[in-house]
Amino acid sequence: MKSQLIKNKNITKDNWITVELPKIEQIIKMQAGKIVAFKLSGEDYPTNDQVKKTTFPKKGKIILPLKVFILHQNKLKERLVNKEIGIWLSTHEEIHKFIKVIDNLNNFPLIAIHVEKFSDGRIFSIGNQLRNKYKFKNELRAFGDILKDQIFFLKRSGFNSYLIREDRDSLDAINGLDDFSEPYQGASDISNPVWRRIKR
Amino acid sequence: MYKYDHIDQKIVDERVNQYQNQLNRYLNKELSDEEFRPLRLQNGLYIQRHAPMLRVAIPYGLLSSKQLLKLADIADKYDRGYGHFSTRQNIQFNWPKLEDTPNILRELAKVEMHAIQTSGNCIRNITTDQFAGVTDDEILDPRHVAEILRQWSTFHPEFALLPRKFKIAITGSKKDRALVQCHDIGLEFFTNKNNKMVIKVWVGGGLGRTPMIGSVIKKELQWKHILTYCEAILRVYNLYGRRDNIYKARIKILVKSVGIDEFKKLVENEWKYIKNGPNTINTEELNRVKKYFSEPNYKKDIKNNLKNYKNEKAFNQWLSKCTNTHKKTGYSSVTFSLKSTGRPPGDATSSEMRGVADLAKEYSFGEIRVSHEQNLILADVQKDKLYELWVKAKKYHLITPNIGLLTDIICCPGGDFCSLANAKSIPIAQSIQELFNDMDYLHDIGDINLNISGCMNACGHHHVGNIGILGVDKDGSEWYQITLGGNQGNFASIGKVIGPSFSAKEIPFVIKKIIEVYLDNRHEEELFIDCISRIGLEPFKDYIYKKSEATI
Repeated sequence: MKSQLIKNKNITKDNWITVELPKIEQIIKMQAGKIVAFKLSGEDYPTNDQVKKTTFPKKGKIILPLKVFILHQNKLKERLVNKEIGIWLSTHEEIHKFIKVIDNLNNFPLIAIHVEKFSDGRIFSIGNQLRNKYKFKNELRAFGDILKDQIFFLKRSGFNSYLIREDRDSLDAINGLDDFSEPYQGASDISNPVWRRIKR
Repeated sequence: MYKYDHIDQKIVDERVNQYQNQLNRYLNKELSDEEFRPLRLQNGLYIQRHAPMLRVAIPYGLLSSKQLLKLADIADKYDRGYGHFSTRQNIQFNWPKLEDTPNILRELAKVEMHAIQTSGNCIRNITTDQFAGVTDDEILDPRHVAEILRQWSTFHPEFALLPRKFKIAITGSKKDRALVQCHDIGLEFFTNKNNKMVIKVWVGGGLGRTPMIGSVIKKELQWKHILTYCEAILRVYNLYGRRDNIYKARIKILVKSVGIDEFKKLVENEWKYIKNGPNTINTEELNRVKKYFSEPNYKKDIKNNLKNYKNEKAFNQWLSKCTNTHKKTGYSSVTFSLKSTGRPPGDATSSEMRGVADLAKEYSFGEIRVSHEQNLILADVQKDKLYELWVKAKKYHLITPNIGLLTDIICCPGGDFCSLANAKSIPIAQSIQELFNDMDYLHDIGDINLNISGCMNACGHHHVGNIGILGVDKDGSEWYQITLGGNQGNFASIGKVIGPSFSAKEIPFVIKKIIEVYLDNRHEEELFIDCISRIGLEPFKDYIYKKSEATI
């Protein structure tokens, strides 16, 4: 099967194993007559129980759920030095609450952000904060409900790898990276606005 | 006005291609309805009752004659020969075919226009004062900053999928005509104690289901920090605005729930990382944009010949209501009313658009403005040409002298077109206009604004109407709730509901009663809104409800 991972404008083999959380039955919440499709920022998920029950391979490059990493971080020091450990978190998880218990974000060769629904734009601000406020320099990956139409914005928000949703053509999605050639505003990828880059 | 350079043009052209590709994928079933929805909305395309509706951006309400002629052509070629000017200074076409939309955008791009971010959960069209640059109470022309903000917000990568829509308004005048206190962000230029031009930043205002007047988040902001400060506000909103409930997703709900002080703390904490960063506006960029808004070639020594027409009553009524003072001696700003009886408020036919475009070319340097009250404005007309213009504009039905009066109704498209509406709004406006068709009586009543929305989304700004009418649904039938005491401008306030709602048939007569109470109680020269603040709602309630009970 063709890989769904885009890096450097190419389809690339994914060398990482993403460790998933054990599924739990989630209560269906209703708001304004509709099923709630989003977790609120700061919501307590995954639960402690889920975190405790998460198992992961003892060898190789793995991307751990943030809270799972925190729980086991003392045992993972050597693997971290060997660049075998990445972390992932969801768009409702607040980095600033975890940053204190993590030594140095740049110890991770990779951070991945999971977006449950296409329309969840928090991922862009999280990318921006990781790059500019927390100075993360390594691979920043978006995964989950990722389609061609977000990745230009993701690129500009500091992401540099994109795992396209499985039922979509990842090769076609690459073209999304070039939707616009000369954006107006400064952002994470090109920090200067157009009027500082080009004589207008 | 602002002219595109190769960079602006390329972005708009690339957008057309991107959208064409998205539409193709949708038509080929590679995108689901749910996936296509946010994409089409970001391009102003709604699926409505009868057909899609396409909303085209008119940045801060400014159009050239050439652009208006193009809009007229589009109305003829792709629609049914008319367009609707909205309360956000945009234009909407109600009958285009989905397959035609990329071609419409291609045609728009030829005259430096687009439909980018006219809908969807993103930063919408930046709006401002319709008299920007010409009004005599102006501190600073807000269009320079509006254009810089327009460019900054266009495809801003971080704010492409916000919890909900986001509206920014700017004013540079002493009298606020841009409703800055009722926007997600309102920017108000003023001169501070040290005689420096600074900005008061309002946040969390808005109409809709939960109307709120904004709070001041920054008392004095330097202009160079506008982009970074807005960025900080939007970042906090993007991360913490509620996404679980569409009715609680606007920034006003977030500001209210955490409180303005805590919200400000969060914003300032984000701001310190980007303050003075690359998006800080420099003088060079400000001046580059500014030069596009330089003064036209105003004539000197214009003879004021208006007294020659002092016996023409209709002309003088029009002069008193439809012209505004101008910063240049010898000039006036003219408002063409799109509120003549029988016309859906804000609608213009293609021949009227062409008429206005031609008149603008001849009398006002080829520029037209759209006001949030849904009228069209020629901002720079020589006083000695006013009579000539008035005569010519007559044939396009544009000279109804009702600007600011009871029949200058702000009105959304309502249940006739919009699938969100609970009730129709256009027929309500028309029935009121028909009952109040005596110009002398209207002029005697004086300035009063009446706003109608077909649902609580409040596109017709009913909350800030001195009289507000809101369409509500009761067991499947259409009813109308009335509010009194709303106000726009520097002393913005939200109207209060007077009591149980009325049927469509009753509405014009209820309005008549409201006016009667006002006329009975007003002091000399006292405006409707001031009279309400003085006497309260009780006299109105008594007269409307008790009397109707008695007749039953």
